[in-house]
Amino acid sequence: MNRLITPRMLRSALPALSFTFLLAAIFYIQPRAMSYFGLNLMLNLGVPIALATLAQMMVITVNDLDLGIGAFVGVVACIGVTWLKETPLLGVAALLGCIAIYAALGALIHLRNLPSIVVTLGMSFVWLGFAVLILPTPGGSVPDWLRAFMTLKTPYLPFAVILSILIALLVHWGLMRTAYGTIARGAGGNPRSMEQAGWSGLRIKMTMYAMAGFFGVLAGLALIGLTTSADANIALRYTLLSIAGVILGGGEFVGGRISPIGAVIGALTLTLAGSFLTFLRISPDWQIGAQGAILILVLALRALINQAERKK
Amino acid sequence: MKTSILKMTLAGLALGVASSASVALADTADKKIALSNNYAGNSWRQAMLTSWDKVTGKAVSDGVVAAADAFTTAENQATEQAAQIQNMILQGYDAIVINAASPTALNGSVKEACDAGIVVVSFDGIVTEPCAWRIAVDFKQMGKDQLTYLAEKMPDGGNLLEIRGLAGVFVDDEISSGIHEGAKENAQFKIAGSVHGNWAQDVSQKAVAGILPSLPEIAAVVTQGGDGYGAAQAFKAAGRPTPLIIMGNRHDELTWWKEQKDANGYETMSVSIAPGVSTLAFWVAQMILDGKEVPHDLTVPFLRIDQDNLEANLETTQAGGVANVEYSQSDAAAVVAK
Repeated sequence: MNRLITPRMLRSALPALSFTFLLAAIFYIQPRAMSYFGLNLMLNLGVPIALATLAQMMVITVNDLDLGIGAFVGVVACIGVTWLKETPLLGVAALLGCIAIYAALGALIHLRNLPSIVVTLGMSFVWLGFAVLILPTPGGSVPDWLRAFMTLKTPYLPFAVILSILIALLVHWGLMRTAYGTIARGAGGNPRSMEQAGWSGLRIKMTMYAMAGFFGVLAGLALIGLTTSADANIALRYTLLSIAGVILGGGEFVGGRISPIGAVIGALTLTLAGSFLTFLRISPDWQIGAQGAILILVLALRALINQAERKK
Repeated sequence: MKTSILKMTLAGLALGVASSASVALADTADKKIALSNNYAGNSWRQAMLTSWDKVTGKAVSDGVVAAADAFTTAENQATEQAAQIQNMILQGYDAIVINAASPTALNGSVKEACDAGIVVVSFDGIVTEPCAWRIAVDFKQMGKDQLTYLAEKMPDGGNLLEIRGLAGVFVDDEISSGIHEGAKENAQFKIAGSVHGNWAQDVSQKAVAGILPSLPEIAAVVTQGGDGYGAAQAFKAAGRPTPLIIMGNRHDELTWWKEQKDANGYETMSVSIAPGVSTLAFWVAQMILDGKEVPHDLTVPFLRIDQDNLEANLETTQAGGVANVEYSQSDAAAVVAK
């Protein structure tokens, strides 16, 4: 075991490696991107995706999957550009209510032993309907403080980069370094033994779903801070992006194996992949497939590393 | 003190004059224009992209502009298109032409582009950000024009059947409200029934066949495009006399019209938006880059086909496609001047 590079190490480094590789390729094709302005433009829309990815990761930690996160982020965006702007108190109450509904979903899934995919997919239609009710036609405007926050000009490093690093470290600390984080991941690894050890499975699920709701709210707010207004369909794509982000970042669908820092990097990698293809000037007909090809490439690499790990 | 301020003002004025003069003379040969398109999944959008390639390809080889690249997002999603626009800013395009996934969700990115000194022109799917130019479709007028035509054609009026589009979509509401407004102004017409045809011939045929038995004699059918041929088939199947059906520039509609025209001198008109409107947006962007004064809100002219130019239009329309017109630099100048 004195080999310098173990498969395990490779696997945890893979998200960072693919991100660096993609960034280097972009800088090579488009030197203009290698600047404060360039990084900010490429990565600022990655921040809401990273937050949605973390929300998804909370649910994946306890072996569930959230197919409603995109629609949920849309609802938050719609609340953000209407109630939060006009009657801030109602807006905050509504957002807290949304988080409470998420916690309730966790309870429902745990108590009735329902498949999370079905429940969250069903909820995605409820969220979408709710969003259309709040904001029937695209529009609204973002609260000024939120716009000011998301377009903050920080010295040296763009705000999008600083924000991503902060979020990643914070969630890493919360899930990987605290006692309760370990318990939550344990519940994903072996829920029965956690319950036998005296931990309430209900409480764990509710906490993780509430955390998912909380990060979903942050994602919606970050998104409208950048777009300045919303429509009900604004974030539907986030559902699949967030799942891809978690997996790209080294997480697994089952077993509580997650990596918060990897997830944030995964989300940013997905954002960069889009930039990369635009800069390459691939014809529109091929762009759709090329985006998928990048995903498959990274996942294939991981499968290879996993195989190497198993062989030993 | 006073004199120095005066001097500065004068210098400022001189500078202003100088810069506006240089803008007026600006050449666009080194300017790059990008197309950000949100969707390419139907024949209209495909025709739109083909027109763009054809017209801008020639403009590039003629040296009018340096580049005119088209980009389509993989999925019809606003967040993805916002990222795409931000990438275009980085690529150093001088103008971005947008067919937007959402009228509002791109505003942040559009503002970033404007702040970076980039000209943003939106068309068809327009954006509301004030710094961008908009080439909008006046769908309401499109509905109203049908009644104006009918009022000329049939001064005595009669019963109308209205075929609407997809329920709940903005375009359907707009065209329909235009039709109803037109019917109110021309009181000799009465809308006897309305069905939803979803802009598709087969759906329209079924819907019209379903409502026909309950209707009195129908003088004319007002439509939204993609539904005229289906309506004609339904009338034929029911054994009722064929009314005047307004068409929507689809190939099957024009072909049917031509057959009827040859057989019995059938008269109608056809109206829709030409996919080539993308080339209008291109020339508008080019004119703005050239320093010309262009109002921020423009309206797309409709592509209307009448009895006398039916054959010419049918000939240039691909089977299964939509009648199209591509704009030239002078066409665009004429639209702007209006």
